[in-house]
Amino acid sequence: MSKVVADAREALADIFDGARLMSGGFGLSGNAEHCIRELKRCGVKRLTIISNNCGNSGRGLATLLKTRQIERVIGSYVGGNPDLEEQMLSGEVEVELNPQGTFAERIRAAGVGLGGFFTPTGVGTVVAEGKEIRDIDGRNYVLEAPLSGDFAIIRAWRGDPYGNLQFYGTSRNFSPLMAMAAKVTIAEVEELVPLGAIEPGDVSVPGIFVQRIFQGTDYENPIEFRTTRPTPAE
Amino acid sequence: MPRTREEMAAAAASELKPNMAVNLGIGIPTLVANYVPDGMPIWLHSENGILGMGPFPYDEDVDPQIINAGKQTVTVVPGGSFFDSATSFGMIRGGHVDLAILGGMQVGQNGDLANWMIPGKKVNGMGGAMDLATGAKRVIVLMTHNTRKGGPKLLEACNLPLTGQGCVSRVVTDIATLDITERGYVLADLAPGHTLDEVRERTGAPVHAD
Repeated sequence: MSKVVADAREALADIFDGARLMSGGFGLSGNAEHCIRELKRCGVKRLTIISNNCGNSGRGLATLLKTRQIERVIGSYVGGNPDLEEQMLSGEVEVELNPQGTFAERIRAAGVGLGGFFTPTGVGTVVAEGKEIRDIDGRNYVLEAPLSGDFAIIRAWRGDPYGNLQFYGTSRNFSPLMAMAAKVTIAEVEELVPLGAIEPGDVSVPGIFVQRIFQGTDYENPIEFRTTRPTPAE
Repeated sequence: MPRTREEMAAAAASELKPNMAVNLGIGIPTLVANYVPDGMPIWLHSENGILGMGPFPYDEDVDPQIINAGKQTVTVVPGGSFFDSATSFGMIRGGHVDLAILGGMQVGQNGDLANWMIPGKKVNGMGGAMDLATGAKRVIVLMTHNTRKGGPKLLEACNLPLTGQGCVSRVVTDIATLDITERGYVLADLAPGHTLDEVRERTGAPVHAD
């Protein structure tokens, strides 16, 4: 059975109200743009979004905030996201903030079959409140739980019909972890290539972690802060 | 005259040693990259997944999929690498990053750091700050000595929500550099034109001078 589907609509045909949806990307970079647009189009409601930022500046996943499709956000940084700030303050959206490394590791833990882990990050802060603290070799660690999802939507540069994925630049971020941690991982790729076209050593996400894949086109690739240095004179 | 932002960054750059892996926080710490001594190899770490971050790109080389943790477009130096977030924070939490230079709102004389939220004000989230404060081998805080209203930011104990406990080794401010020791704050350096008495007056805890 091929994992290749036609488009985001087919890939997300069984999304349901109240689903826990993981989304790769860092801010607006490396977002699964087609899947996000399809979520808006299909109108699925009461989503829990597991994403570092939940979009930014009214774009990316923040478009689903504008349409009131999100009930809960689990992430690490919500600055620069006025829609989320507004709905957080009004109580429409519940936000759970995690230290970024803890967020990544909780997802990884779920994906690799661990029941949690002890981390020194957050000990003595609000993050550790109500959680088990354990002294291990003279240092205090806090117990953090795994974090899984019903779906993950991730974006990669190249992918093949088995779901092997290769990434470009800094677009990897949380995607390989989310691919492992979701029941259904949907990959959209800029180039769908035949089996064998990706060097085995260049595969960042082995296809075993991907259930559906399609090729996307016309990526917007928005830039949040275009920073440059002056071009030297010839 | 107090140190400017650039002079504070230049003062913090004296911490750099060849081949260190260094993470620079958002704000004044980012400017430290401009004061790396000529020819000194430094591996800048960006927690979204770069080791070996380079300068901002030339206009024609801007790439929307090569960004830093502040979501600015950047470049990568020869020998640089990209990786996922678990690996990136493994570098931090695992003690592989030699130095983190972070911004601060408050520091306690026991090395506690508060830099991520003010209750009742807009909440941005901690991002990678708690992992960096806890995991980097050495943590330097770069911040103005006093609040805009003139109150002390170097205190006996922080009263804002903590980012990390006992994690700060040194604080570089616009008027002085102070080390955090078992005795509390110890003056390491004065900015030109400032005195120990002034630093003591503007600090919310005893300042020792050896």
